Amino acid sequence: MPESTVVNYWPLLGIAVVVAGFALRRNPVLVVVIAGIVSGLAAGFGPGELLGVLGTAFVENRALLMFLLTLPAIGLLERYGLRERARDWIAGFRGMNLSRFQIAYLAVRQLTSMAGLTHVAGHAQTVRPLAAPMSEAAAERELGPLTPAERDRVRATTAATDNIGLFFGEDVFVAIGAVLLIQGFFARNGIVLEPLTIALWALPTALAAFAIHATRLWLFRRALRRGRQTAGAADAAD
Amino acid sequence: MLRIEYLYALIAVLLACTAIYNLRERRYTIAAFWLILGVPFAFGDAILAATRAGSAWPAQAAGAAVIALGLLAAGGRLSAEPDSAEAAARRRVCADRLGNRLFWPALAIPLLTLLLFFGGGHLSWNGRPLLDPKALTLSALAIASLIALAAALRVTRAAPLEALGEGRRLIDALGWAVLLPMVLATLGGVFAATGVGGAVADLIGRVIPTDNRYACLLAFALGMVFFTVVMGNAFAAFPVMMAGIGLPLLIHRHGADPAILGAVGMLTGYCGTLLTPMAANFNIVPAVLLELPDQHAVIRAQAGTALPLMVFNVVLMAWLVFP
Repeated sequence: MPESTVVNYWPLLGIAVVVAGFALRRNPVLVVVIAGIVSGLAAGFGPGELLGVLGTAFVENRALLMFLLTLPAIGLLERYGLRERARDWIAGFRGMNLSRFQIAYLAVRQLTSMAGLTHVAGHAQTVRPLAAPMSEAAAERELGPLTPAERDRVRATTAATDNIGLFFGEDVFVAIGAVLLIQGFFARNGIVLEPLTIALWALPTALAAFAIHATRLWLFRRALRRGRQTAGAADAAD
Repeated sequence: MLRIEYLYALIAVLLACTAIYNLRERRYTIAAFWLILGVPFAFGDAILAATRAGSAWPAQAAGAAVIALGLLAAGGRLSAEPDSAEAAARRRVCADRLGNRLFWPALAIPLLTLLLFFGGGHLSWNGRPLLDPKALTLSALAIASLIALAAALRVTRAAPLEALGEGRRLIDALGWAVLLPMVLATLGGVFAATGVGGAVADLIGRVIPTDNRYACLLAFALGMVFFTVVMGNAFAAFPVMMAGIGLPLLIHRHGADPAILGAVGMLTGYCGTLLTPMAANFNIVPAVLLELPDQHAVIRAQAGTALPLMVFNVVLMAWLVFP
């Protein structure tokens, strides 16, 4: 950085606002909006300019809510018993258990993301209507009805599995945001890279993510079973 | 051509209907919230076009809408309606009656998205592409959702209004969490415009021992995680940390390989995404959708994978990145 430029540190207050709002457990949306205003004012923006920057950036990012269009179909199918049916279907599988189902879901999610199909699955599209009830059914095959606490852990783990499959698959795909962002950043700074080289270097982490999470899913199933055994032993001792 | 704008307009209609349902139940705050959120979807293209044409007020009005949404969100609470026993019994009966036919519309969303993503680029009408080639994935997802809706109505023989009511129920359950990714992306835009990245870079360069390449690498990796946690998005953290440490110190001074540093550095940021409630669409939205009492339950389930993976990434970079 050249010595002559004077760096204005005041816009950093925006980051401080996010951290403070987070620590004080304020509503995140409000915190983030305030952080934007603070950062803009600290940078010397006038009110009109600041509103313009906020509005333009907001409109430019509206693609993030496209998934709302899936909700009427998913909601309707659920009202007519989709989740119950998904549960029955998995429960009828011979040899199915919780970790087998979840690891298979992780593999499919990671592989489809690697092919660039990031919107194929997701929390609204597949986790809530299909993967979560299927995980519950797979767990119930071994354990019988789940307690609410066990059910919530199974659901949370399913959502986590979807995220991990997505995150550590998509970077291996050449034409996706992350790789192009990295390539574009370097290109602007005079370093020319092939997107494929960047994508290939995402492979070791992708494999590690699969190995670590699959192991945890296996341990999770074991922990659920052990929890039942100790609970059963405690009941017997009473 | 089926422009992506038309699909955004459908979202505006969906949000407006959700607002009307809430208005009729006298839930005015949440009704106003959905109504205002519909504005950038109804007029998004017009707002951006006006900005390009030099007219500032539409974008400024959208900016005022963002602030209004923040204030309205602060008054809202996230909660899913409790399930009633009769609704559960009714679902059981329907599930047994309809059987596996229920799966097809649900599977149509991923399968048609896939099909349209690969085949949609070849579809044309009067020699013009049918789908917006610049937004193929999103168009594919939206159209797949609409076809799935038609199929779901056919399989269940429900009235279309029932589907709207169910969509509204899910949107209401999501509440402000639905908005957080959009305002965070907005904050990223504001930070870029106000020069936050440069200031961070300057500050970090003064604090760390820049002669030690491993200290620089650790600062880079932890900075990626920290900024991802704050901004809810590794994409926002990447330019900041790369411009601050990656490029000047690691690549130019210590000769690090840019491809490895870029790829693994970004994935180190992703470990931060798994840990932060700011990444609401990944971490909070599913907790609401799955009706979990603990909003942070998904993050708790992810931490055990995110932390070892972060260590793996740092070790991988330390091992491979330097010549």
